[in-house]
Amino acid sequence: MADEKLKSDSRATDSPERISIWFFIGAVLLVYGIIILIASIPGVSSPEGAQHVMLADLHAGIWWGALLIVLGAVYVAIFRPGRKKD
Amino acid sequence: MTGVLLPLLSFFFAASIVSLGWADMLIIVIYFLLVLGIGYYLMHFTKTGDDFFLAGRKMTMWIAGLAFISANLGSLELMGWAASAYQYGILATHWYWIGAIPAMLFLGIIMMPFYYISKTHSVPGYLKLRYGESSRMLAAISFALMTVLMSGVNMFAMALVMKVVIGWDINVSIWVSSITVMVYVVLGGLLSAIFNEVLQFMLIWFGALLVPIIGLVEVGGWSGMVAKIHQNFPAGDYTHLWSTLGHFKDNPMGIQWIGIVFGLGFVVSFGYWTTDFLVVQRVLSAKDLRSAKMAPIIGSAFKMMVPFIVILPGLLGLAVMPGLVGQNQAAMTGAQSYNEILPLMMARYLGPGLLGLGVTALIAGFMSGMAGNVTAFSTVWTYDIYKPLHLAATKREVADAHYVKVGRWATFIGVVISIGTAYLVQSAASIMDYVQALFSFFIAPLFGTVILGMLWKRATASGGFWGLLAGTASSIGMWIWVRIDPSALRIIAGSPDAKAMAEDMYRGLWSWVICVVVTIIVSYSTQPKAEAELVGLVRGCTDLPSEGHLPLVKRPIFWAGLILVAFIILQIIFW
Repeated sequence: MADEKLKSDSRATDSPERISIWFFIGAVLLVYGIIILIASIPGVSSPEGAQHVMLADLHAGIWWGALLIVLGAVYVAIFRPGRKKD
Repeated sequence: MTGVLLPLLSFFFAASIVSLGWADMLIIVIYFLLVLGIGYYLMHFTKTGDDFFLAGRKMTMWIAGLAFISANLGSLELMGWAASAYQYGILATHWYWIGAIPAMLFLGIIMMPFYYISKTHSVPGYLKLRYGESSRMLAAISFALMTVLMSGVNMFAMALVMKVVIGWDINVSIWVSSITVMVYVVLGGLLSAIFNEVLQFMLIWFGALLVPIIGLVEVGGWSGMVAKIHQNFPAGDYTHLWSTLGHFKDNPMGIQWIGIVFGLGFVVSFGYWTTDFLVVQRVLSAKDLRSAKMAPIIGSAFKMMVPFIVILPGLLGLAVMPGLVGQNQAAMTGAQSYNEILPLMMARYLGPGLLGLGVTALIAGFMSGMAGNVTAFSTVWTYDIYKPLHLAATKREVADAHYVKVGRWATFIGVVISIGTAYLVQSAASIMDYVQALFSFFIAPLFGTVILGMLWKRATASGGFWGLLAGTASSIGMWIWVRIDPSALRIIAGSPDAKAMAEDMYRGLWSWVICVVVTIIVSYSTQPKAEAELVGLVRGCTDLPSEGHLPLVKRPIFWAGLILVAFIILQIIFW
């Protein structure tokens, strides 16, 4: 619902040719999610690699990276440039 | 790629609290490239003065609201209040709740209509319309000077933090960060600053949110954390918001409820959130009056949640990392300081990549704060200082493009002065205290002048000017008095047990009272403006657009009421 709100607000004010700020945010979250996920994979197979981190067994990097990827992909899809407006 | 990147970046890094890997550095590099890219992209949409200084007045309530809160959410704010939470406990939350929420709602519901309808470019611009040129000049010069100096002080403090946290050389930190901000603000003006602030706001949340989440897992939830804090510090109460504020001696902050409610919650908070142009400028960029009223309300909802990523890490630090000391003791003994509690907690919980995102959150916080200072300086300099002086000297209007050019140069010069201040502070650290104090001198009296101007039609031009001057002068006078004779604090704060933290609150309260009293006395002895001249500027002389035709969920007052209820519930829960 919040996405719908943001979407309608963005369309109401952004001139047709200007890319929405939410697209940039989605893109950077997507890229960061991928980087964090890839960087966290070695910690799953060899936990000693992340021993300096408390509660490394929670594998926060994996699920946080995945969350960023999902959120980023949703925002990129909704606010991508050139998407046909309703 | 990382084979090239690592040696290149490691050149700038030395021994530090956190150790960054390839993923962390890649995340930081992408962040810098993105903010510059956004600035370059938005340059093509920044043509008129309204585009450059007010983002074309086309921002939605969400964008204006997030930029409003982000401009305030500097990294020193993040680091500083996390450290204060470690030092004073949950009392630090007052600066986010009673010290912000009522004022933000007041701005949205009561004050924003007058700022917006008057079509002013700035807060000093409103003073010009309401009181005249002398009040505008006094406010504009003090604001411009203090903003740019504060920006430099924050820049140096941030560079110091970066050195301690990630081992970044101070010079590199100052130049890389400030040039990045300068480039994207010069290119895209407020539009670019606002777009980047929204981006930075999201990164701050995604970068810092994991620390309290994992921290609460480690200590066994809120009750587990409270139990551990009591176990570590049996003598103090660090987890109650109001119950220890009966007397100065009952809490670690050395303050009591009158100072918090009236000093912080009323004067200091209302002064900052309703008259500091750094934040108000973001709201003025809104596309219509309803958006302008909703922006601070949306901002207040997020502000209410910020303690989760700032105060909670400090409290968690009390539970899992007892024994951190103050800066001076840390310098003497080599122990770790609680000033670095936020990065210490990041290093404790965040693995590869996540740590880079956390550090990016700190950098993003710094840059959003600096861009806020620089854009506000540029606007006030161009419209409130340069334009009237230029008009007086040449007696002719010039094209809008001229002021955009002046604004771009003002941005450049503002950043250069900030860098100069940063180096000045580096060679004489005590200047930092003076500059921070200087800024506080103007906030409380300015609120007195603006609020009387908006709500009291009898306030006159002379009343406004002399009230502002008297309030500011008395604030400076009280500050000097306490420096010369520290025991004066007990007279200003009303108790021999008052500590330094209480000084700002009470000084603000007294200077506001003096400003209001002088404004009223002088106004009654001078001639007021005709009511026709006050239309659009003063309540009682202005027909505000009715919202009666809107459904309940679209009315700002409805959302302000909801936020207020949530605010009251939080006070009761953490009483």
